[in-house]
Amino acid sequence: MDQQPILEVQHLSKSFGSHQVLRDIDFTVRPGDVTSIIGSSGSGKSTLLRCINLLETPSQGAVRFHGEDVTAPGVNPSAYRAKVGMVFQSFNLFNNMNVLENCMAGPVKVLRLSREEARRRALRYLEQVGMAPYIKAKPRQLSGGQKQRVAIARALAMEPEVLLFDEPTSALDPEMVGEVLSVMKDLAASGMTMLVVTHEMAFARDVSRRVVFMSDGVICEEGEPAELFAHPRQPRTREFLSRFMAS
Amino acid sequence: MERLITLGSDMARLWEAYGPRYLAGVQNTLILALAATAIGCLIGLVCGILNTIPCAKQDPLPKRFLLKLIRVVVRVYVEVFRGTPMMLQAVFIYYGLPYFTYNSVQFSGYSGIWAASILIVSINTGAYMAESVRGGILSIDPGQTEGARAIGMTHVQTMTGVILPQALRNIMPQIGNNLIINIKDTSVMFIIGFTEFFAQHRNIVGVNNLYFPSAAIEMIGYLTMTLIASFLLRGVERLMDGASDYQLVQADALTMAAGTYRHPGKKRARQPAWNRNLQPRGER
Repeated sequence: MDQQPILEVQHLSKSFGSHQVLRDIDFTVRPGDVTSIIGSSGSGKSTLLRCINLLETPSQGAVRFHGEDVTAPGVNPSAYRAKVGMVFQSFNLFNNMNVLENCMAGPVKVLRLSREEARRRALRYLEQVGMAPYIKAKPRQLSGGQKQRVAIARALAMEPEVLLFDEPTSALDPEMVGEVLSVMKDLAASGMTMLVVTHEMAFARDVSRRVVFMSDGVICEEGEPAELFAHPRQPRTREFLSRFMAS
Repeated sequence: MERLITLGSDMARLWEAYGPRYLAGVQNTLILALAATAIGCLIGLVCGILNTIPCAKQDPLPKRFLLKLIRVVVRVYVEVFRGTPMMLQAVFIYYGLPYFTYNSVQFSGYSGIWAASILIVSINTGAYMAESVRGGILSIDPGQTEGARAIGMTHVQTMTGVILPQALRNIMPQIGNNLIINIKDTSVMFIIGFTEFFAQHRNIVGVNNLYFPSAAIEMIGYLTMTLIASFLLRGVERLMDGASDYQLVQADALTMAAGTYRHPGKKRARQPAWNRNLQPRGER
């Protein structure tokens, strides 16, 4: 397990104006890790993920990708983002393209694959998420769960080293949650490195190999899911989990 | 009724005598309006894009300064050309440019009038379009930009591949508006001697006293042009929207297209597998 980490977050802080959202976050992702970040709304989980992907610029601290600080000036964020996939709560599929084009856009434009190669790759991942029959559909013609599965295929088509999920099921009804989680579970089993911000406690507990509990902009507790769910050490974690498990 | 009949017969007489001249005017009007709208859209597009280049606090000072400067220049351009009558702009450019450049820039002859007219109507349209494009870009959900950024697209790729196609669709009604306005407002180009539809009317009524019948022909002519333009623009919009339904693609065709890949979870995408594995152990 002492592989080189893919991602290291070091002393990361983020403020919006005078409001400090993240405080001194330290955190490492190793190849094959499936990490869930849980915590109540407003605890900074999504901001952390967005900082890792540089969609937000960290106020302080570093994000290292294979040891290189990607927040340093002169680093090309686009090249870095191409290797770190992201799946959003609101899907963010390109509305002007159909399903296939959505999954081909990155490989063609960013990775400069030939259209034929990109098409083959897109189809492969669309098939993996069970959306291959829908390649001609536009995003507005799909259900939420279908959109999210296409969004996952779009991220996979870049063949990223890490895949970040920002509450991927929070905008979905329970039935659709199932289809998306099932895809994510397959991915986790395939060895994909994943970092998942989620409110799905079952996923955090049963699929991920590590759970990070965040509260008020700091990492409050982290550990193996079985351990953290069964014997939370921090009172704040205990409170959060008891509320979640009761519902 | 009697008046209408007189009007009709006068119009018929005019048309018989000057039909080709009216039509030549229509042709010039349409060419000018179309060309200027197209060029104006391009100008507006460029201005709109320049105006929406993101400017972050940590960018180097020269870049920030340049972006600010661009914004100021675009703003001045928009305010000046949106805020003054096109007829005066025509006079200023057509006569003023040669005057201030000591005739090194001139609009001489027939082609000079054409060039000046297209230039003036284009930059006028561009000023309006710059704001429309800016609005169009702002109207696109920021999630679209984030989605594009997240797969590693640069600003230019995001713009050309994702944002502008959607923004353009949203501002199609505005582009249509501008085309129709241009069809009508190119009439002020008679001031620099451009012989479009309205200028023909002025020339024709100069040699007879059938002013009102000729004006009626103009009315009908302009309305016909704009109605056809509206109709075509609606068609373009429908075309841009694409089909409202889609067809499922057969799995067999796909496997062939996808090569020899064996998909691990074709049947598994259904619900139960997930539920079986993750349903509560006890406490839920």
